[in-house]
Amino acid sequence: MSQSFDEISAQLRKRHRQSARLKWMSLGALLLALAFLVVFFADMLGKGLPAFQQAQVQVEVDYSEQASQLPLAAVDEEVRDLVSRGWLRTLPMQMRDNPELLGTTRTEWVLADGQVDQYLKGHASRLRDDAKARVDRLVEEGRAELKFNTTFFSRGDSKMPELAGIMSAAMGTVMTMLVTLAVAFPIGVMTAVYLEEFAPDNRFTQMIEININNLAAIPSILFGLLGLAIFIQFFGMPRSSPLVGGMTLALMTLPIIIISTRTALRSVPDSIRHAAFGVGCSRWQVVRDHVLPLAMPGIMTGSIIGLAQAMGETAPLIIVGMVAFIPDVSATFTNAATVLPAQIFTWSGEPDRAFVEKTAGGILVLLSVLIFLNATAVVLRKKFERRW
Amino acid sequence: MPNHPLLLFLVAVLVLGILAFLVARAKALRVRASGTAMYAQPDQYAWFAALSTAGPALLVSGVGGFLLLLLGAEIPLPWLLAGSLVVAAAGATLGLRLVTPDFHARQAIERVIRFILAGAALISIFTTFGILLSIISEALRFFRMHGFWEFITGTVWAPGNSFLAAAGRADDAASAARFGSVPLFAGTFMITAIAMLVAIPVGLMAAIYMSEFAPRRVRTLAKPVLEVLAGIPTVVYGFFAAITVAPLVVSVAGSLGLNASFNNALAPGIVMGIMIIPFISSLSDDVINAVPDSMRQGSLALGMTRGETIRHVVVPAAMPGIISASLLAVSRALGETMIVVMAAGMRPNLTANPLEEMTTVTVRIVAALTGDLEFESAETLSAFALGLVLFAVTLSLNLVSVIMIRRFREKYRVNNL
Repeated sequence: MSQSFDEISAQLRKRHRQSARLKWMSLGALLLALAFLVVFFADMLGKGLPAFQQAQVQVEVDYSEQASQLPLAAVDEEVRDLVSRGWLRTLPMQMRDNPELLGTTRTEWVLADGQVDQYLKGHASRLRDDAKARVDRLVEEGRAELKFNTTFFSRGDSKMPELAGIMSAAMGTVMTMLVTLAVAFPIGVMTAVYLEEFAPDNRFTQMIEININNLAAIPSILFGLLGLAIFIQFFGMPRSSPLVGGMTLALMTLPIIIISTRTALRSVPDSIRHAAFGVGCSRWQVVRDHVLPLAMPGIMTGSIIGLAQAMGETAPLIIVGMVAFIPDVSATFTNAATVLPAQIFTWSGEPDRAFVEKTAGGILVLLSVLIFLNATAVVLRKKFERRW
Repeated sequence: MPNHPLLLFLVAVLVLGILAFLVARAKALRVRASGTAMYAQPDQYAWFAALSTAGPALLVSGVGGFLLLLLGAEIPLPWLLAGSLVVAAAGATLGLRLVTPDFHARQAIERVIRFILAGAALISIFTTFGILLSIISEALRFFRMHGFWEFITGTVWAPGNSFLAAAGRADDAASAARFGSVPLFAGTFMITAIAMLVAIPVGLMAAIYMSEFAPRRVRTLAKPVLEVLAGIPTVVYGFFAAITVAPLVVSVAGSLGLNASFNNALAPGIVMGIMIIPFISSLSDDVINAVPDSMRQGSLALGMTRGETIRHVVVPAAMPGIISASLLAVSRALGETMIVVMAAGMRPNLTANPLEEMTTVTVRIVAALTGDLEFESAETLSAFALGLVLFAVTLSLNLVSVIMIRRFREKYRVNNL
């Protein structure tokens, strides 16, 4: 049964090869995961960056009496089908607001039609060949070019891609997050303080703890069902409003804030509490004046992360109806509104190809905000974290 | 406009509270100035007075409003608010009367605050009960219309005509609505299985590399970068799956001579798997790190190679934790909504071919609850029945996962998991 040294060392080499293989395979898995990330971001940037540019054409705008009745007459026939219909429709209103425009003719850079925009960006476009030739000529004359897309950042939703923007959704996100924070932050911190600093270790406390862990793992869409059945059906709050959406998201964010606050409170050493009790503070005074201020950076970090998560959430908001078509930018708590992820969802369902670009552009904005928030959380933690 | 009296009421309570605060403090200062020793500081008396003014008033108005709403009665808002204001006045009187040298204001505040904090902690319980209650009550209404067994075992999901039935015109309908949820669950499990086939091997191997092989620098860098994958909103993944991955799957399948739908189950499955990778890798990494080093040292001392140590010692020891992480991941995949809404199909389809169009439970929930809402319609209510099943499944998965991780923790006496 004995093996020669050669056999044994051959076996050993084989075992070491196996070991090395495991190492490379596991490294490969990590690299694969990172490659997914790179491909994903490259894809989003490639699709979304063009949305920040917008084709504009330089035309003679004739603010005549006729144009105020029939806006199409305001521009030359040669370029009539190249400028944005949506922009033309706003002409009579502009003339009403600025009467001195009447009777003048001005050379202006105006929004081009969505199809011209797609053509200039080199995408498939429904423009006819003669229109394409005219666009090419305009470009040569320097009268048509891609400029920075201010419309995208300043307007609300629209059925016309060249007029669609994310501002109303961004406003809705801000209002919804205000509600979420106003509800989730105090309740979350109070719950955590109660569980860490006040609660006796009994059944009731354990039940709350188990319950919080469960809440953190419940699918987000079920919170939407709760919002629909309780807030909208039972309490009769307005559907699609940031109030309902924010409260639904707050219940979802609550476990995140509670868990991170508890971690932050636990990291404050007991010597601080002992010292405060030693000079005669009551329990609440200890918490308020000593423990909470020391735990604040950790609490803020957790809250920001929870907020970022709520900001990207879509499913519960769809259920409570926050996928409305909102063309006007307004700051409201009780009227119908939409949020950035919901806007992305709506646009992704538009059949017009030009909206793919808008969708990806909206995604880039959302991702930038989320990355900024998370980076803030990391910086906060790095800067204020104390090792005891 | 119901907001108006409410706002007025809140302002009134606030003003009363501030008044009580100021008056109580003035009184306490006066008593102390007269040379009497008091149990508490003047500010504490003042805070107690403010709390006893605003607290009961808010409680009465809140609970009263809730009870009336529960009973379905029309709320006599002015009366309720007026009653609350009377309570506030009574509270203020009590608070002011109690500004005496032998009243322990600080301890009283302490008790009130403990009460408030416990009340905040109760909200998480209310949330769970709220979810349960809302889902169960609506689901029961659904099961009264369509039998439970038909729902669990039926293989045809055709809610189409339930709107007509709700309008009392069921006879007009060419065919009756049918709610058999088996195709939905088949689709859900198919997509979840694909996601797990992507996420578990990649996530686990990445965790093994990070905890066993990687230099410290790589580890501290790779972990947060992987977490970025988990931080990307699901709606973004959905767009990625629908616009980029699905056409890719179709063209790859086409080059292999297979016919794939643009709403195939593979694309959302793969993308969901990518989303879940950091979830598994991060939890597994923690668990593998918690395996005591003495076990590694013992194994290496016996002449095992590094690979053998990992395969035969470390991973088996960490297995309960890894399974627990995988179960949590499965529960996330089951409840994931946006990716499947955007990339998977709408048509219920009972098939084993991942290249075909399939739909999931969450897709049907969203489909039933968007657009016109009619709470009497069976289709709307079916969303709650599906939600109930989803809730039950994810809850039991989470519970099993918690039990497994607890076993692991007890075995190796680690406390930070």
